[in-house]
Amino acid sequence: MTFRASVAALALALALGPLVAGVAAQSREVFIPLLVYRTGPYAPSGIPIANGFVDYFNLINERDGGINGVKLVWEECETQYDTKQGVECYERLKGKAAAVVNPYSTGITYQLIPKAPVDQVPILSMGYGMSASSDGRWFPWVFNFPTNYWSQASAVVRYIAQQEGGLDKLKGKKIVHVFHNSPYGKEANPTLETLAKQYAFELTLLAVDHPGQEQGATWLQVRRINPDWIFMSGWGVMNQVAVKEAASKGIKMDRFIGNWWSANDSDVVPAGEGAKGYKGSTFHAPGTTFKVHQEIVKHVYDKGKGAAKKESMGEPLYNRGIVNAAFVAEALRTAMAKYGNKPPTGEQVRWGFEHLNLTDKRLDEMGMKGFTHAVKVTCEDHEGSGPILVQQWDGKKWNVVSDWIAPMREIVRPKIEEAAVQEGGKLQYTMRDCSKEK
Amino acid sequence: MIYREAGQFKTTYSSDQAIFPIVQDKWLAGALVVAAFLVPPLVADEYWLQAVLIPFLIYALAAIGLNLLTGYAGQLSLGTGGFMAVGAYAAFKLTTAFPALNILVVIVLAGVIAALVGVVFGIPSLRIKGFYLAVATLAAQFFLVWLFNKVPWFVNYAASGTITAPPRTVLGVMVTGPQSTAGARYVVALGIVALFALTAKNLVRGRIGRSWMAIRDRDIAAEIIGVRPLRTKLLAFAISSFYCGVAGAEFVFLYLGSAETLAFDITLSFLVLFMIIIGGLGSILGSFLGAAFIVLVPIFLTNAPHMVGLALPVALQKQIELMVFGALIIFFLIVEPHGLARLWQIGKEKLRLWPFPH
Repeated sequence: MTFRASVAALALALALGPLVAGVAAQSREVFIPLLVYRTGPYAPSGIPIANGFVDYFNLINERDGGINGVKLVWEECETQYDTKQGVECYERLKGKAAAVVNPYSTGITYQLIPKAPVDQVPILSMGYGMSASSDGRWFPWVFNFPTNYWSQASAVVRYIAQQEGGLDKLKGKKIVHVFHNSPYGKEANPTLETLAKQYAFELTLLAVDHPGQEQGATWLQVRRINPDWIFMSGWGVMNQVAVKEAASKGIKMDRFIGNWWSANDSDVVPAGEGAKGYKGSTFHAPGTTFKVHQEIVKHVYDKGKGAAKKESMGEPLYNRGIVNAAFVAEALRTAMAKYGNKPPTGEQVRWGFEHLNLTDKRLDEMGMKGFTHAVKVTCEDHEGSGPILVQQWDGKKWNVVSDWIAPMREIVRPKIEEAAVQEGGKLQYTMRDCSKEK
Repeated sequence: MIYREAGQFKTTYSSDQAIFPIVQDKWLAGALVVAAFLVPPLVADEYWLQAVLIPFLIYALAAIGLNLLTGYAGQLSLGTGGFMAVGAYAAFKLTTAFPALNILVVIVLAGVIAALVGVVFGIPSLRIKGFYLAVATLAAQFFLVWLFNKVPWFVNYAASGTITAPPRTVLGVMVTGPQSTAGARYVVALGIVALFALTAKNLVRGRIGRSWMAIRDRDIAAEIIGVRPLRTKLLAFAISSFYCGVAGAEFVFLYLGSAETLAFDITLSFLVLFMIIIGGLGSILGSFLGAAFIVLVPIFLTNAPHMVGLALPVALQKQIELMVFGALIIFFLIVEPHGLARLWQIGKEKLRLWPFPH
């Protein structure tokens, strides 16, 4: 073959490759697609999560040889937090017998929710996605434990009340919600509006358009309102800009609380000293003082297989990647306990998620005691209304400054059930009867 | 091509004015369309249909729409994303309000609504031209997206602000919603594109297209010979927005399944504009070539390292993809500023003389 002909043949092979691809997973492996964003305006948030994920999976493989002898294999796919690219990634990777998908974007989650029952791939949108999917009777394939945006908003309001001296003290207080103008950012709004009515605080909703590099006007407005508390649902580059703007406008940082996607090292470091005192909510502790981190260093980093730099371990979002990977691993373990020690199917993994019961004892075994809260998933409740912690930036690291704060389940759950009827109805779902589930 | 019109005598005006005056061309094009309808739904897997072919068809339709306005009528527009959003949200509102209405009718009606909106935003084109008009259409882009984000009525008061395509059937086959197969959606998208591409081709060959080109080439001269700028320009805006609106409705109903306003932001407008610049301004074929380039090349670049067994870190791979893609765009613009359609034309002329060039 001449050079030109061989180039043409290669190009043809490359072009037709995906048509014939779709290699079945090995019998002793379980495949997990990872939708990540290590580039683009959301990379500061995306990189630590992706690293935490990979490090924990590596730990399971290196230390235990997989889960019950079944190796975890994964493939990363770059989405740039863009819905269209996310769908492309999902379509490409689901064919490899994906056990579970973690979309890491509320926008992509909304895309995948209707596909999950069709493709038999459960979705774990840990602490993001559609809050209504917490009602497992309507959304059997979607999980968003340990807690969702609505629970978080109510827990943050509870925290504010604690600081003010009681829920009755909220009356007349001014609270501003600065949010990313997307389905994600808007999630907390209905809950905040309900609570504003109930506790008679003055709520102002301020939207920041994607990607959020220009927020001067927003923060001037905040300055004018002079709120008692600020809550923020930001993501990616929006967070650091917001923290910088707030600091430069002289806003009291200890009364500025980010949600759990708005409180990472990369969000506060660019603002320097100004960020000191900034708070954020979380559902797991920051830092590297836990046994699981030592194990990761020992089994992964010391073998030169670490995904991140050792110093950036312990960032809140890195730790979130670990928690998410641990949830996935435990769900696979739960599924195997029922269906045998072989790679579980999508339906079996779904069962595993639905019967996940991470007790304090189990967390201790995993080296995660005190790292995150125990969680129990049921058929009705895919969220678990887990409690949150509040962490504060001291200029060098994040410190936990609160006890576990429970969300206001009595307010949030009825709203979730109401929304599930609406959202489920849109997809023409019917409610399943959980008493009939095995 | 390697074949010629030798021996094919035209005896009527209509055969002389056909889209494909050469019989071989006609057969080839016909075979291509038939193959496009039959082969992919039978052969291609879901990934190819869902992630490659369906978006290609939809972008091609949007590119045809913009090409009518920018390439033929000479009115530079950056409002494509906004007009597509109008189509998408109009289709969503229509189909949720009248669930019994056939989804194809809904998509066409959504296009009509987009056309009306397009006319409104086309009014400034009577006074301003060129880059200044681009800025005016930019206002349409930002205003429309802002409007859909701001007013909850457009999303039926969904808390999240997303619109979801409900399940709808055509002739008893599910074509939208999660239960529909990618094959069915592909055939619908292809049918719409084929129909509208043929319409566009005939439009630009006829009186309307000629008046657009007259306006584009020199509007004062066009006015003197009797082309009415008001009607011509607004018609261009209306038809272009109609195409974009239909593409936008398809974008949500046949491709994404659910969408938020972010899907229609300014990057979409730029993407479609790049498609027609790379594909060829003032060419229907160019719209397809440009869409293919912009949709397929990044996907090809993403998959290429995997196929040769190269496991690159995803971030590095994405950066390489962006760099190569950018370089390719510059390369093609330097090699042929008139776009891929012109390259195709040159290739055809060369082949006509092959293997004995002068």
